[in-house]
Amino acid sequence: MHIVKYRKIFYIISAILMVGSIGAITFWGLNPGIDFKGGAALEIEYTKNIPTQDVVQASLTPLNFDASVRPIGNNGYLIKTKSITDSERQAMEDVLSKEDGFSVKQFSSIGPILGAEAMRKSLVSIFIVLICIVLFITFAFRHVSEPVASWKYGLITVFALSHDVLVPAGVFAFLGHFQGVEIDTLFVTALLVVLGFSVHDTIVVFDRVRENLRISKDERDKKDFEQIVGESINQTFVRSINTSLTTLLALVVLFIFGGEATRMFSLALLIGITVGTYSSVFLGSPLLVTVQKYQDRKSK
Amino acid sequence: MTKTRMGAILLLIAGAFLGYGIYASSNVPSSYFSKFPFQLGLDLNGGTHLTYKADVSKIAGGDVNSAMQSLRDVIERRVNLFGVTEPTVQVETGGALGSEGADYRLAVELPGVTDVKQAVELIGKTPSLEFRIATEAYKNATSTENMKLEDAFASTGLDGKYLQKAVVELDPTTRQPTVGITFNTEGKALFAKITKENIGQVLAIFLDGQPITTPVIRSEITDGKAQISGNFDTKSAQQLVRDLNYGALPVPIELLSTQSVGPTLGAKVLKAGIFSGMIAFIVIATFLIIWYRLPGVVAVVALALYTILNLVIFKLLHVTLTAAGIAAFILSIGMAVDANILIFERTKEELKRGKNLDSAIREGFHRAWTSIRDSNSSSIITALVLYYFASSSVVKGFALIFGIGVLTSMFTAITATRTLLLALNMKDGKISRFLFSSGILK
Repeated sequence: MHIVKYRKIFYIISAILMVGSIGAITFWGLNPGIDFKGGAALEIEYTKNIPTQDVVQASLTPLNFDASVRPIGNNGYLIKTKSITDSERQAMEDVLSKEDGFSVKQFSSIGPILGAEAMRKSLVSIFIVLICIVLFITFAFRHVSEPVASWKYGLITVFALSHDVLVPAGVFAFLGHFQGVEIDTLFVTALLVVLGFSVHDTIVVFDRVRENLRISKDERDKKDFEQIVGESINQTFVRSINTSLTTLLALVVLFIFGGEATRMFSLALLIGITVGTYSSVFLGSPLLVTVQKYQDRKSK
Repeated sequence: MTKTRMGAILLLIAGAFLGYGIYASSNVPSSYFSKFPFQLGLDLNGGTHLTYKADVSKIAGGDVNSAMQSLRDVIERRVNLFGVTEPTVQVETGGALGSEGADYRLAVELPGVTDVKQAVELIGKTPSLEFRIATEAYKNATSTENMKLEDAFASTGLDGKYLQKAVVELDPTTRQPTVGITFNTEGKALFAKITKENIGQVLAIFLDGQPITTPVIRSEITDGKAQISGNFDTKSAQQLVRDLNYGALPVPIELLSTQSVGPTLGAKVLKAGIFSGMIAFIVIATFLIIWYRLPGVVAVVALALYTILNLVIFKLLHVTLTAAGIAAFILSIGMAVDANILIFERTKEELKRGKNLDSAIREGFHRAWTSIRDSNSSSIITALVLYYFASSSVVKGFALIFGIGVLTSMFTAITATRTLLLALNMKDGKISRFLFSSGILK
């Protein structure tokens, strides 16, 4: 019950998070990686004489590729350039291989067409998932029209979900500005997974509300909506926390042991799922009550 | 009761068998199971992935598909010259939201090839269609195995750029499919000259340096038309016509993106993935047992069965594992627990309402099912959208493994967990109630 009673506090917390995230994104912007911008990334390693970062940077400048060099690990460098042809890449490797023990660990080059397309597809997929979820919830809860119409369940869910997407994006805008962390297609994938997962939680609570509404009607115990929602939250609280907990445990393991390729990915998921669980329990269901009270006030 | 007990035992035996199979397929080379290895993606195995854009602007609408097929075949022929194990050459359409209408692409995957430069050169080469005459040396040779091309077949100067058209024809006498070719004006003249001077000789037609047919010239041909007959069935005749019509590279191509991963990095990523998978499983299992006690143990067994089932599916469907795919799998393990937790919490509630153990379990399943079904559906929607709109094979692989994970988690929760829990058939009593309740202090 307490959660619903103190819902104003939670609304304020969420509002702060959302405003903060939107601010971070507007001021610092998201840092698109080569997946979206196009460009090339070359990861190299030296096993013998490791040249310093300045030396590497200096040797690349005459090639005019807008190269940026960043150290990776103990004896490697990540070199990012604008989109280059294969012969240009060969020229770059020739310049770099002057030192001993040079080897290429990874190379990626994405043309600007594919990059822009990836960006477009990402935005559209987020949009489509949001819409599908609204439709799905409206459909799944179609028999629950009292006191709040089923499509409003869907709308509330979407509102909570946008909150779940904005906060990780805000954090990554912060990280992007201060640590050079980039947004790639895996980040978008993480956002989509967060959407799907956050809805899990929300559905479980709404499902319980639906059932309690039915029981209340059958037993004619005249519980008011706020009470029913409060009870539903309490009943499902442990389950919500536990499920997210197991997923978060898996993600923490992945973050620590999983290797460079998926590290930022698991971070995005960690933030997203934590926020998602919070929004389902502390935001989504109390909003139901707020909506119902608003409806009541309007019709009086 | 015995039915569920038997069911549970069967489940455990099947699980153990498959589990051994999975272990054996990677670690015991002599076993039957090594016929089903895991398919590792480029970022785990090392290799190169190239994406080309095909310029179909000059090809008539109806011919585009056939041109793309032809392109695919040509590229595959060239790639095979590399001696790469299991290269993949696939036609991709830009599909929805591809740039500027339907965009046709070719995706080439070369596992284990790390010399990107060599790969790109070989694929991008302008191919050749040549007409050559067999030399005296070739005719007199007892063994042509070590003969060089130029010694065996002399160039005539007649090549693909003189070809105007090729069609499939039916030989009127033999009713066999043949290929009729028509040269353009200059080709006509050149062809007439060649055939006049070489009656009775073998005229070999080379595509990309490989002979595709070696007919004998019977007479001078002045109309610029030739009929190539050989052992063609309709299909090979059509294929040759396709190849000839589109010269060698039927469609001009442009390299859009390259990705290559060195083998040492790949192995490192794979190891990290497997390690984190195991740790994640152990951590989750510990949590489940501590919090849920006996049902927790059941959940861990169900989770193990779930993991095994997924791995078996990956092998049977040849799902390509990538770093992102392993992440998807680990994620789905964490989420698979969800269905179990829903059921346990419900069961606890029913116990509190005074039901006995057996009916509490059954009611718990029944009530939890709507929740499980609806909440997993949203994840399936996500997986479908991800799969369809995936801009790279990394994301596609992730979506596939994620989707499979969600489906199998629903399956194991309903079948494995239920069967195992019921099979326990505990007598109602203080001890069993303790074992079934949860939490640290209760």
